Amino acid sequence: MRDLAVSRRGRLIAAGCVAVLAFGTAGCGGGDSGSGGGGGGTVVGLITKTDTNPFFVKMKQGAQAAAKQQGVDLQTFAGKQDGDNESQVQAIENLISAGAKGFLITPSDSKAIVPSIDKAKQQGMLVIALDTPTDPPNAVDATFATDNYEAGKLIGQWAKAKFDKEGKTAKIAFLDLNANQVSVDVKRDQGFMDGFGIQFGDPNKIGDENDPRIAGHDVTNGNEDGGRTAMENLLQKDPSINLVYTINEPAAAGAYQALKSAGKDKAVTIVSIDGGCPGVDNVKNGVIGATSMQFPLKMASLGIEALAKFAKDGSKPQATAGKDFMDTGTTLITDTPQTGVDAKDSTWGKQNCWG
Amino acid sequence: MGQAELLGVMMATETTTREPEFEVRHHDSFGLRLQHVLHANPVLGPLAVLVVAIIAFSIVNPRFFSAPNLSLVLAQVTVIATLALGQTLIILTAGIDLSVGAIAVFSSILMANFATKAGMPGFLALILGLLCGTAMGAVNGFLVTRIKLPPFIVTLGTLTIFFSLNAVVSNSETVRGSDMPDLMTWTGTTIPIGGFRLTYGSIIMLLLFAYFFYALRSTSWGKHVYATGDDIEAARLAGIRTNRVLFSVYTIAGLLYAIGGWILIGRLASASPNVGVDYNLDSITAVVLGGTSLFGGRGGVLGTLIGALIVGVFRNGLQLGGVEVVWQGFAVGLLVLVAVSLDQWIRKVKT
Amino acid sequence: MTATATMTPVLQAKGLTKRYGRVTAIESGDLELYPGEILAVIGDNGAGKSSLIKALSGALIPDSGEIFMDGNPVHFRNPMDARTAGIETVYQTLAVSPGLDIADNLFLGREERKPGVLGSVFRMLDRGHMRSEARRHMTELGIGTLQNIGQAVESLSGGQRQAVAVARSAAFGSKVVILDEPTAALGVKEGNRVLQLIRDVRDRGLPVILISHNMPHVFEVADRIHIQRLGRRATVITPQSHSMSEAVAIMTGAAPPPPMVA
Repeated sequence: MRDLAVSRRGRLIAAGCVAVLAFGTAGCGGGDSGSGGGGGGTVVGLITKTDTNPFFVKMKQGAQAAAKQQGVDLQTFAGKQDGDNESQVQAIENLISAGAKGFLITPSDSKAIVPSIDKAKQQGMLVIALDTPTDPPNAVDATFATDNYEAGKLIGQWAKAKFDKEGKTAKIAFLDLNANQVSVDVKRDQGFMDGFGIQFGDPNKIGDENDPRIAGHDVTNGNEDGGRTAMENLLQKDPSINLVYTINEPAAAGAYQALKSAGKDKAVTIVSIDGGCPGVDNVKNGVIGATSMQFPLKMASLGIEALAKFAKDGSKPQATAGKDFMDTGTTLITDTPQTGVDAKDSTWGKQNCWG
Repeated sequence: MGQAELLGVMMATETTTREPEFEVRHHDSFGLRLQHVLHANPVLGPLAVLVVAIIAFSIVNPRFFSAPNLSLVLAQVTVIATLALGQTLIILTAGIDLSVGAIAVFSSILMANFATKAGMPGFLALILGLLCGTAMGAVNGFLVTRIKLPPFIVTLGTLTIFFSLNAVVSNSETVRGSDMPDLMTWTGTTIPIGGFRLTYGSIIMLLLFAYFFYALRSTSWGKHVYATGDDIEAARLAGIRTNRVLFSVYTIAGLLYAIGGWILIGRLASASPNVGVDYNLDSITAVVLGGTSLFGGRGGVLGTLIGALIVGVFRNGLQLGGVEVVWQGFAVGLLVLVAVSLDQWIRKVKT
Repeated sequence: MTATATMTPVLQAKGLTKRYGRVTAIESGDLELYPGEILAVIGDNGAGKSSLIKALSGALIPDSGEIFMDGNPVHFRNPMDARTAGIETVYQTLAVSPGLDIADNLFLGREERKPGVLGSVFRMLDRGHMRSEARRHMTELGIGTLQNIGQAVESLSGGQRQAVAVARSAAFGSKVVILDEPTAALGVKEGNRVLQLIRDVRDRGLPVILISHNMPHVFEVADRIHIQRLGRRATVITPQSHSMSEAVAIMTGAAPPPPMVA
């Protein structure tokens, strides 16, 4: 066997290549200029949490289309994973040096990003938060988001109506996001309870209720694997579960597999939130009973419009009446509508879904 | 024969007829004896934890100790256990692999896309997917042995590369099980054995564990893996082709991760690009809880299986016990600290 | 037993050179080892003893020069090649795997498989046989005071570990045994034991190369003494031809090297 020693220089070069490959591929979203329109020089930005989640992919597409229409130059950035604050900080710095007029951001860390946003605002930039508010919410000039509480409430109301009609007492499993209790998680969970008519304790806290209809809470990390395990364990804890609230549609898909394996897929109803196209498919084929659709594309295009307007005449967008953010709407999608709860069917859902 | 030799031979004969398994000196303190016993059998510690946990959770909620529930726990830990098996081999050589989840998920996406978008028959798609996973492991092995980069750095880089490629190939879309040939989701099928319901995936996992238990103990490759991790320079000087050993370990692990990806498809009835972000930490947790030393050369696959079961048992047991979710993570973290401290204490054994 | 210059050396090095950047470890290094002798190699730090020995044992590939065994040229690309040629080396660091047991260490790199299908197809190791063989080798060399052949090497004392390493070399060495500082970390009693072991190995017909800083030990067992200085051989003396202090003087350069005595 040949002596496998490689010269020191060779090793350093190779190490450098690996590092560049790794960080280059990873930060692919970071710093890549999106397909901006023939821009009259107005630069705006979009910073998402990641560029792999279909939600943000759709957001980016909406932003790019709107940018073309408005005739502004759009630069897009993304973090490497959920919670990657660093990449977003860098993105803001890049936009400042590019002389951007403003940007849209889905903050990975609502608190930690605020100093960078302040810096941007000091430069006179317009900063709009999409989907997730900052902490404090008024650190940005405006927030365009789904009312997650409303989203939860809708499916809660739908479920209540369904169970009342069928004369069933509910035994509910709650499949939440993770132990951190972030705002989107809490709002959806508590909104559902409100809609269903369950007395909840602190509206900023998951799990402090003791209604006998609650079978239990578990966490899923918002994906299929976590959904399945959480559903299995809750089902073991209480086999009489007949209604499942899920934080999002991948978790719902996982929960469904668990129910199917236990032979309960027909007897148990699953509700979810998101409105992704795979999720709408699941509504169509009976996996999910009802889901609240979000409109990331609308968030992005409204955001770009607001940025363009600001660049032109300096006016800032207004919040929806009675809320401290601009509600981009949520629509219930179901093929088994219940009276008293507005909904659209899965065909409509397929035309308006994302991902 | 000289006097010294005569004496030596006499003493040798004496010892061969005595042949005690351990040296149990009754004047040693309990702590010292415990240390010796654990040193000789590092699996005992984790096994004890597992047994105590099962007993405790069964008392709190008798439904815990039922055949359906225990079958469930086994199914829940199967993917991580398979991944942790590969991780064990690597950690035994004093390496570490952070790209575990990336390889597993990317392999599952590849085989799913081969079977659907590329229209290949199930068998071919599966083989190709497994080969891809093996190749990814080989990339790690190459970078560690030829370019001589530390495993932590190498797998940190490949972790990101493979996940990024995963996002590109999958277009962030989940492939549905119903669109795939049956072979892809076969690992999720259950069969009743005794009162239990095992999935084919779990059976594959257990067979893999049995095989590597044998290989590590009773083949020269196994001895070389331990020697390489224990003291790589000593192994090299003793004539072991340490680079070959290391390369083999990373490549085999890649194959195991791809098998894990296949089992994952069965469990989710789909190939999802969203999962697996924490699989690297989960697999390392199982290995550490099982008593394998992060410094290499000590431990084994049996411990890893127990480690994976411990995590699953705790998750399921705490939920059945009505404990709030946040304490599940706390419990596992605490267990890891205890396991590592125990490993350090055991290593201090002197005769 | 003295060697005459007319005998063919079992192991011979001619003109070995190894440089690391600007540092020359060995330059035109020469060495001869004759049958049935213990050749001690002494030299100050940096004289090139370790590099010379590593070249002979395959742990280092020299930049130039030749090595001969029984007059035939050989090339060692790795330690395994040297072992295969019959050269066994006990390194200063012992090269034992602390976590593995005595039998495992003895057979490290040369494990025995079970006969038949179990061995060839399943590649199963014959652990029982290896253990009994290990016991046999240890007792043959008079090292019997080990409680359990299955105990991990790290739980042995320094002298016992040394004994395992020496036993390994004696068991498998068929041509040459090289020992690098075998008594360095040992106490008086254990050191003497190892010296006796070295004599036993030579008496069984294996010539030995012994590197040592310990002059009394060298003068006690060596047949000839190779003095290495500044990367090359200064001279070869015997315990009879010169005294310890004279050897040290030649080694450090205080006295000029005499012509080779043997």
